[in-house]
Amino acid sequence: MIVAEQKPIRELVEMVKDFQKILVLGCKGCVTVCNVGGAKEVGVLASALRIWGRKTGRDLQVGEHTLERQCDPEYIEELGGIVGEYDAVISIACGVGPQFVSERYPTARVFPGVNTKFMGGAVAHGIWSERCAGCGQCVVHYFGGLCPIARCSKSLMNGPCGGSADGRCEIHKEVECIWDTIVRKMTEQGRLNELIEFKPPKSWTTARDGGPRSMIREELVK
Amino acid sequence: MSEFKPRILAFYCANCASSAANVSESMSLGVPAGVKMVQVPCTGRIETLHLLKPFEEGADGVYVAGCQEDSCRYMSGILKAEKRVAQVKRILEELDIEPGRIEAFKLSAGKGFRFAEIASEMMKRVQELGPISGG
Repeated sequence: MIVAEQKPIRELVEMVKDFQKILVLGCKGCVTVCNVGGAKEVGVLASALRIWGRKTGRDLQVGEHTLERQCDPEYIEELGGIVGEYDAVISIACGVGPQFVSERYPTARVFPGVNTKFMGGAVAHGIWSERCAGCGQCVVHYFGGLCPIARCSKSLMNGPCGGSADGRCEIHKEVECIWDTIVRKMTEQGRLNELIEFKPPKSWTTARDGGPRSMIREELVK
Repeated sequence: MSEFKPRILAFYCANCASSAANVSESMSLGVPAGVKMVQVPCTGRIETLHLLKPFEEGADGVYVAGCQEDSCRYMSGILKAEKRVAQVKRILEELDIEPGRIEAFKLSAGKGFRFAEIASEMMKRVQELGPISGG
């Protein structure tokens, strides 16, 4: 999933301080699963804004709405009769959401309510960890099913580096050295010899370095 | 200017805190006027939004009274409630509202005096903080 975290409320109220009618817009996709942008979080943020209104004596009107997804145009259409009623929209979807809303409703003032962090998963309740860097050319099968691009601080294709100690990365003791884990796993699988083989430098043209990306699947295009 | 009469919402669990409330009642110890009591099956069910809504609707303070950690009927109810209270404290701070307006308390079933004392403590605290609305 795409993992995000809520922006500080202080930052949000600064964004919308000049508006009276504010819509808090949630998404039932990834941000619901990572407990930052679903209907429940819409309720919490909307309530916090109303309390801010009470505190500052503002006559705020805060609406709440949660879309099935904010990354598909058909769901964005649902806002047709809603967006116009508000002076500002705080989208608490990932960074895709506020852009889709802005593109579809050009006159709307749209603000991001969360900071999008990474693609990853929940390793424990309330704890998320990065797993994919979206490089566009998946290589995890070379490394025991683990990704050194996303999980090695240096994205090394041939590791570990000299900064690995006791299974931890030199940048921080809390960061796992994924190369240590890869070596252990490949050893357990009897495939350590595969790591001896030099992996050539990765082409980053399929990653973000190649510029903004898009994808067309002709069989789906109408 | 009229005297500030705080409005406080108190959530208390149906187990330890409720028993403490009964003991308190049998001792003829009341809670101050202005404290509205809401019994819940377990404080672990209280969501962040439940704690925020009273502030939105005009409350000046909120507190949760639940079991002690080692005697919670549902094992971890009060611990969950404490984390949510801490979250609301952070939200209030970001809104420049005193975090002391919300608190979690742990008490055992026989603590009737403490049950009433908590209500008075919170009333005194919120009275000193004054109303939320700045205008």
